Amino acid sequence: MSLEYPDDLKYLDSHEYVRLDGEIATIGISAFAIDQLGDIVFLELPDIGEKLTKGEAFGTVESVKAVEDLNSAVTGTVVERNEPMVQSPDLVTEDPYGEGWLIKVRIDDPGELDDAMSADEYRAEVEGD
Amino acid sequence: MSSPKTMSNQTETPLPLLRTPLFELAVELKARLTPFAGWEMAVQYTGIGQEHQAIRTNAGMFDISHMGKFTLRGQELISKLQYLVPSDLSRLQPGQAQYTVLLNTDAGILDDIIFYYQGQDESGEQWGVMIVNASTRTRDKAWLLANLESANVTLQDVSKDQVLIAVQGPQAVSHLQQFVKEDLTPIKAFGHLEATVLDKPAFIARTGYTGEDGFEVMVDPAVGMQLWRSLIAAGVVPCGLGARDTLRLEAAMALYGQDIDDRTTPLEAGLGWLVHLDTKGDFIGRSVLEEQKAAGVQRRLVGLEMQGRNIARHGYPVLHNGEKVGEVTSGSWSPTMEKAIALAYLPTQLSKLGQQLEVEIRGKAYPAVVVKKPFYRASYRAS
Repeated sequence: MSLEYPDDLKYLDSHEYVRLDGEIATIGISAFAIDQLGDIVFLELPDIGEKLTKGEAFGTVESVKAVEDLNSAVTGTVVERNEPMVQSPDLVTEDPYGEGWLIKVRIDDPGELDDAMSADEYRAEVEGD
Repeated sequence: MSSPKTMSNQTETPLPLLRTPLFELAVELKARLTPFAGWEMAVQYTGIGQEHQAIRTNAGMFDISHMGKFTLRGQELISKLQYLVPSDLSRLQPGQAQYTVLLNTDAGILDDIIFYYQGQDESGEQWGVMIVNASTRTRDKAWLLANLESANVTLQDVSKDQVLIAVQGPQAVSHLQQFVKEDLTPIKAFGHLEATVLDKPAFIARTGYTGEDGFEVMVDPAVGMQLWRSLIAAGVVPCGLGARDTLRLEAAMALYGQDIDDRTTPLEAGLGWLVHLDTKGDFIGRSVLEEQKAAGVQRRLVGLEMQGRNIARHGYPVLHNGEKVGEVTSGSWSPTMEKAIALAYLPTQLSKLGQQLEVEIRGKAYPAVVVKKPFYRASYRAS
């Protein structure tokens, strides 16, 4: 498998990634998750202004065959959601770390991400078996 | 997300999974695998959407060698088999087939099957081929033997000796024809013949489970492997069970164990077209079907279309005025219509076309409407 895991991101074992830029966290799903899910057909994302709690589900992603919760790596407030992806969820597949991001969150405590995985740790986790 | 790696392993079984003779060809093509009815099967090759599209617009194929394959023989095969199914098999001419169901005494469906009538062999015995579901093969065999053995019907289970490849799609006929000696064009839907594939004997039927034109080919494993490779070289797209499920659901074809089982009758399941009460004599389950027909069924399997993009899936409750009135038996995203579609049993009074309902998805109710089945109908089908 030759999937990409950019080094500047943090990853959860439930396959969401976080890109931290100051106090804004951009959340999406990893190329591994997309590869496993297959064609993505539906995204349910929180509204702007909603509060997220670290470790709790904030939405769902559905492929033809499966539905999975999206878990938050951070506690904070949703400041933006990627409407083009909600309209055409299949586009997430094309560029999961770029155009295919899902939501942006203003986080309460940047230290929360300390226990998330680095790209190398995540790669070892998903390709290890 | 919890663990998408295992999401398709819902039916994990401690027993070692069986593999069809074509399994290694799926591995060669790096197919994603899934357990299904005790078999390790390809669930997708390149992607469900692409595979689905290939069959709707061109041609694709499935390894369905896991399905049960019986040969039945007997002097009075047809008249004896008549007693186990609600369909009138006496109408069948050699070379024709009937999709039907095996019923228990409550008219519950033991399995849905296709019986391909071959006619009489040299010794004057009637014979035919029966294809049954993989999950019910053992039970079907016992049921058929228990009911037919005393009538001097013999059953040969060729499930593991033969492979079955389904070549489906509007271009299936032209792709498959290159490897078949006999002319496939005149074969009608549900027609079949003993044919020659890659110079070897084969059984070919114009049947399938996709709502599209196509053929099912039964051959020896070695011939099957060669045919599979030849069809790929000819441009036929290998497809997995994922696309098979979305294709059959668009065509509103029932999946045994999900949409139909031994607690549902063919009249409830919308299979009234295969119940021929008027033209045949007694059969197992007949009295129950007569009563249901006279009184009207209490519930019906209907087609639902979601009004938004949320997908109603197997087991989700169907609501009316906030009350649970039924349950989704099959549901998926429809790649062809780009809508979420589902099948569900509903009380008859709520089963009319256009009926507004809701499906409960993760605690919230989403609007759905009863629509005509099938959801999709091919523009061309062999008559």
